[in-house]
Amino acid sequence: MSAELPAPVPAVDPETQVFWDATAEGRLLLSYCKVCQQAFWYPRSHCPDCGTDQVEWLEASGRGTIYSYTPQTRIGGDYSSVDELILAYVELDEGPMVMTNIVDFDPDQLTIGQAVEVTFHDTGEGSALYRFRPVNPA
Amino acid sequence: MNIKGQALIAGVFEHPDRLIPDKSTAQIHAEVVAGALADAGLQHSDVDGLISDATLGTGPMSITEYLGFNNLSYVDSTNSGGSSYMLHAGHAAAAIAMGKCNIAVVAMAGRPRSEKRGRPIVTGVPEHAFEEVFGPTGVGLYALAAKRHMHEYGTTSAELAEIKVAASTHAQHNPNALLKKVVTVDEVLDSPMISDPLHRLDCCVTTDGGGAMVIVSPEVAKSLDRAAPVILGQGEAVGHSGNGRRDLTATAAVQSGPRAFEEAGITPSNIDYAGIYDSFTITVLETIEDLGFCAKGEGGGFVSDGGLIAPFGHLPTNTDGGGLCNNHPNRRGGMVKIVEAVRQLRGEAHPEVQIPDCEFALIHGTGGMIATRHVSSTLILGRTQ
Repeated sequence: MSAELPAPVPAVDPETQVFWDATAEGRLLLSYCKVCQQAFWYPRSHCPDCGTDQVEWLEASGRGTIYSYTPQTRIGGDYSSVDELILAYVELDEGPMVMTNIVDFDPDQLTIGQAVEVTFHDTGEGSALYRFRPVNPA
Repeated sequence: MNIKGQALIAGVFEHPDRLIPDKSTAQIHAEVVAGALADAGLQHSDVDGLISDATLGTGPMSITEYLGFNNLSYVDSTNSGGSSYMLHAGHAAAAIAMGKCNIAVVAMAGRPRSEKRGRPIVTGVPEHAFEEVFGPTGVGLYALAAKRHMHEYGTTSAELAEIKVAASTHAQHNPNALLKKVVTVDEVLDSPMISDPLHRLDCCVTTDGGGAMVIVSPEVAKSLDRAAPVILGQGEAVGHSGNGRRDLTATAAVQSGPRAFEEAGITPSNIDYAGIYDSFTITVLETIEDLGFCAKGEGGGFVSDGGLIAPFGHLPTNTDGGGLCNNHPNRRGGMVKIVEAVRQLRGEAHPEVQIPDCEFALIHGTGGMIATRHVSSTLILGRTQ
């Protein structure tokens, strides 16, 4: 399924250039507040909890669990060619929850709480979309 | 100081049409303003305050010019999506209490059916790059909340369907409702799945149309012949992703509700009629819990067995048929809900759904998306001063 899934190009701006450059290298970065000592989402220059600019980049493990998901139909736009797309929130091991798509899954096994890992889909424009796939049990 | 008793809703109007291919959106604004002023018994020249949702041009400029108001001493164009009008009522009451104006008109209109417009996607905002590339749909975003609510509390699709059943039971008595057919739980569950767990009949309608209300000072209200329900309290709150850790089973009604109840000096047990924003069935379920009509997680039981059906359910809700069946003009359901609450408080709802001795009404709006960011606003009205 993921092979034919479109990878729309995100709008990159000076504040998020480092984040999107990293995705093209297969790395998922999080903004980390040195005052609050925690990672937050979405990436930005100032901490949404305390308001300071004492913020640095932290490379995420790329692991998390599915918080919620839904198989969407009638999506339109960039996804007009797709019959079904799993929209999800994944709760990263570092704490924050990110909106994403679930790919490479067995429909019968998709469930809230399932362990997932990041996989990158190149947009062809110097960035990649961070999507998630189930971690296969050993 | 607060707004309790400082302003009254003297006139309301809901556009009767649901498909309006042959008029402009501005023209519909003019029709609903004229309708609300006529309902109040006031003249165009009396208006000294105007509040719009800024969907027609920039801020309040185009709409003020088009409608031809020349003596406005107060304007506001707060836009929080479908909840805008609950905020407008509170802001108008505050302006009147401070002497900024005496007769404020609030108007909204739009034609998404005729223009075949989809959900508006805002670009140039910081969250856009982290969301739209993953293809979220409006239904999908609410489905994420519904799925999580089911996971945590065991809520079922049949329970969500009860909310649509109640709306349709009311809508059969509304000759202007878009969908007048009474549906069963099974019919909701058998309707096409749009974004699991939400079916087509879990979703609100999309309509052309609009509505307006006239909010006045107590002195103006005394000079009018028409019954004018009084504004007792209003609360507003923004729900968003915070630092990325959040709970999709609750909305910002958790904050806006207590603010409104405290201002009004009453509690959920006093409410005779509720207008609850129903963009989707899950929106109603979470809101009822958040406002304290039942405990978190118990909404499924609360809405079952006719709990929301007038006149004898424990919380008669959306007696016009709501956004699920009656009307959701310009993809914004807030104004229509205020209009129906005023009908209930005046005793002018359809006899089959009129609540006997209706004294207190709560209207709650949820603008935006509960799974991303939204503005909740709770408005409490009383029958008399």
